[in-house]
Amino acid sequence: MRNEISISNKMDWATVAIYMVMLLFGWLNIFAAVYDADANNSLFAATLDFGVMPLQMKQFIFIVTSLIIILIILIVDMRFYETFAYVIFAGIMFLLLLVPLIGKEVAGNKSWLGVGAFGIQPSEFAKFATALAVAKFIGSVGFRMDQVRNQVVLFVIIGIPVMLILLQKDFGTAMVFAVFLLVFYREGQSPFFLLVGIGMAIIFILTLLVKNNWILFAIIGGIWLIVIYLNRKRKIKQLIIITLGAIVLIGTMQSVEIIFSKLPLHHQKRIMVMLNPDSDPTGYGWNVTQSKIAIGSGGFAGKGFLNGTQTKFDFVPEQSTDFIFCTIGEEHGWLGSLLVVGLFMGLLVRLLFIAERQKSRFARSYGYAVAAIFFFHFAVNIGMTLGLFPVIGIPLPFFSYGGSSLWAFTVLLFILLKLDAHRGQVLERL
Amino acid sequence: MNEGRKEIVQIIFVFVGVLFTIKLFFVQVLDNRYADLANSNAILREVEYPFRGLITDRNGKLIVYNTPEYDLLITKKDVKDFDSAKFCQVIGITHEQLRERFKDYKARKAKKEVSDVKPAIFIRQLSNLDFARIQERIDEFSGFQIQPRTTRAYATFALANSMGYVSEITKRQLEHDSTKVYKQRDYIGQSGLESYYEKDLSGKRGVRFKYKDVSGIDKGAFLKGKLDTLSVPGKDLTTTIDIALQEYGEHLFKGKVGSLVAIEPSTGEILAIISGPSYDPTLLTGRKFSSNFLTISSDTTKPLFTRPLMAMYPPGSIFKIIQTLIGLEEGVFNYDTRFPCDKSLVNCHNHPSPADLHGAIQYSCNPYFHQAFRRIINQGKSPNTFTDSRIGLDRWRDYVSRFGLGAPLGVDLPSEKGGSIPSSRLYNRIYGEGRWKFSTIYSLSIGQGEMLVTPMQMANLAAILANKGYFYTPHMVRSIKDDQIDPKFRVRHETGIDTAFYTFVTDAMTDAISGTAPRALIPGMTICGKTGTAQNPQGEDHSVFMAFAPKENPRIAIAVYVENAGWGGRAAASIASLMIEKYVTGEVKRPALEEYVLRNEFGDRPSRTRAAEPGIILE
Repeated sequence: MRNEISISNKMDWATVAIYMVMLLFGWLNIFAAVYDADANNSLFAATLDFGVMPLQMKQFIFIVTSLIIILIILIVDMRFYETFAYVIFAGIMFLLLLVPLIGKEVAGNKSWLGVGAFGIQPSEFAKFATALAVAKFIGSVGFRMDQVRNQVVLFVIIGIPVMLILLQKDFGTAMVFAVFLLVFYREGQSPFFLLVGIGMAIIFILTLLVKNNWILFAIIGGIWLIVIYLNRKRKIKQLIIITLGAIVLIGTMQSVEIIFSKLPLHHQKRIMVMLNPDSDPTGYGWNVTQSKIAIGSGGFAGKGFLNGTQTKFDFVPEQSTDFIFCTIGEEHGWLGSLLVVGLFMGLLVRLLFIAERQKSRFARSYGYAVAAIFFFHFAVNIGMTLGLFPVIGIPLPFFSYGGSSLWAFTVLLFILLKLDAHRGQVLERL
Repeated sequence: MNEGRKEIVQIIFVFVGVLFTIKLFFVQVLDNRYADLANSNAILREVEYPFRGLITDRNGKLIVYNTPEYDLLITKKDVKDFDSAKFCQVIGITHEQLRERFKDYKARKAKKEVSDVKPAIFIRQLSNLDFARIQERIDEFSGFQIQPRTTRAYATFALANSMGYVSEITKRQLEHDSTKVYKQRDYIGQSGLESYYEKDLSGKRGVRFKYKDVSGIDKGAFLKGKLDTLSVPGKDLTTTIDIALQEYGEHLFKGKVGSLVAIEPSTGEILAIISGPSYDPTLLTGRKFSSNFLTISSDTTKPLFTRPLMAMYPPGSIFKIIQTLIGLEEGVFNYDTRFPCDKSLVNCHNHPSPADLHGAIQYSCNPYFHQAFRRIINQGKSPNTFTDSRIGLDRWRDYVSRFGLGAPLGVDLPSEKGGSIPSSRLYNRIYGEGRWKFSTIYSLSIGQGEMLVTPMQMANLAAILANKGYFYTPHMVRSIKDDQIDPKFRVRHETGIDTAFYTFVTDAMTDAISGTAPRALIPGMTICGKTGTAQNPQGEDHSVFMAFAPKENPRIAIAVYVENAGWGGRAAASIASLMIEKYVTGEVKRPALEEYVLRNEFGDRPSRTRAAEPGIILE
């Protein structure tokens, strides 16, 4: 019993509070998204006509089960997560491997494992498993980020789930793993990778936007000259690395056309629509245009709970999952959107704070991984509803409808809180 | 070493948060466009369906065009103060029918096909008369609007099968549409050119946002049309068809089952393509599409089956021409080689014997080609006759495939079949390796056995003979507005056989006509042709004729198949000859022959073509 008391004392209640508020607000929004004034539908309706269980009821069940999962996570000994990190990772990877073989297809995507009506998406759970494995490796005795061998191992660890998820053709979820670069950066990897990674993404889009490649050549050349000048006192090795970075960027530019034409048509279109939403307003632009109309129509204070018109029915597609933010934007306006952005900013900043106060490298890098993953989902999901990012189907944590993602994010978060609650013990062990 | 890094991560996080806040402020608070757009009580969202591209013949004569049709749409949530009596009177339906429409709407809503906030079809395809009346008064009923779109119309009854039809996209097609361009209720080409050139013909849908006041009356474009997208009409196709020739051919084909393909040899352009029996293309447009489609598709004579491309027959005697060319090129016999007409090898009719090569073609001597084919197959490349036959067959097949046989030609129409030319692999599978030789496969010598060609391939063969050794892939589209046709249609395919040999066989073919198909002769023009008879185990043989003309300067190559019409020299040769006369001279001066063709009595028995089952057709 002493253990439990100490947990409740040391638990980071601020984070738990943000989590709870998000769950509640998210759940109400799912209800709003599927609400149909004509149907006999209430928040706790167990069944609709035809005996179908309404989404908000299913989500309620997911939320209750999440609370059970939290209890289990807190009860399990904290050393379990570090000790068994690789085992958990291997187990989830095995499940991922099974998906293309025996998985079932839902809405054209074969990313589900399951029996009958019950299914899970292993790709959602791959995120926390990879976070654990990466943290365990970084936390291992004698780990030094500046060794090439270690960096290679880290890239292999994130490369495995990426490959397996790409097999399921789920490009969105695969992209999430790029965010581990932030963790590596925090743990001492040269900023080179992060900069070149961001640079490549920017160049990719600029090349599609700017017709004249010479302008881009000039920009890259200019930046290269400035950086070289600023670093002129450094060792020759660093100058070479900077130059290599510039060459990679120019290479990206040159290969954009080729890579772009190799992408599946619907990905090409999604990218083009992001760059110019009017290019295809009734086809691919439809989602983004409708999503912006829904959010924009919310105005300053919104139309009020359950009063949205755009997000109901089918103006906005997937309004309960990937486009859930539209409902918030429409019904609660700028204030409601600000609340969601605020909640996420609060969560993210708090997570960074928690991560930084960890005494072990394992817990700290795990904390960064958690923050980075939440950040990526937050940035990309809301970015795509606002037309700032191509439409890739990843959920908004705790808001989007779905059991797998809710459970996976809950596990991700609460393992960190568990580690955090025991950070004192780590000190004692040292 | 890692100093300042946590701050950088924090800065990245906060930067995105601030960016979103600002962007949201712009979208939600500063920009009123979105709020107005969402307010669909004030803004009418009108989908503008594009015009499908027109289809014309080679001389610019219209074949397929568009005609307007009007659907009555309902936006359920906007329906207010509904006066059903007045509505029924304006629309011209009974109360009973109105209830029926609402019941149908509810059923579709339960299936989530329609929603109350989006316009959905209430009454489909109003007649022009109804439309004129309804249009004036539709504003009196809020929540209802008229949606114009276009449907296909046909300037001619001809070409139904190769033009294909257009219909609403099916649920299955929608699910399998990887481009995601199509939406429910969109039209899509389902067969023929309409399907093959769907991407060019379909055009792009547009949207218009219009203001309307409380009673639904149009108040002009929203934001001066800034958010509107115009529909882009589909591209017009100019086909290679000569519609006058086509119509004449279909006239001649009345009451017959079979195919006709005519090609311009110098370009590979298809001048006429007939699939008999045909159907009235207007049946597959408009309101009665479903019931008409059911009738046509369940017709036992299969009017929707594109016979010129999908029916396959043994080439029969016509194949002797190819055997001659291959043998000459291989040097295994020459113009003077004589073989006796040995009827113990294969059956033949009475003619002077032993004939030389010219005579053999002229009399279509079966035993001659039996012996000639043996020389092609067994060239003594191996002491083992089994092995020798295998080497010979594969070499022969390589030649045959250069004539465009054994694989689809790549015509610009869907579902083209390739026929079949046997390979050693096929016989190995049937008889076992090393267990077959010339005597097993000799029926190939006279175009029988495991050999099938389509009428299209046969017409292409006529074009090769006309060109003396090469062909362009037959195609039906000459130009697509603003676009080039597929460059593959401009590639010259060579057979690699000496031109002199072609001159020899075409001379022989000219002489053959006067004997086997005197009806094909046209006064004042030299025509080269060859009759064939495709054996039909189910009934009377199919009449086949392949020809090109004029001999000196070929302008048309043609193949005609008339099922169950017996001898090639009768039905098929007569039709081909009339078509050639019509195309080359512009008019037909042989009314007696026309009358003979239209009488439909070609066999020794009275013809029963309409009731006949298609013969050897592998689907």
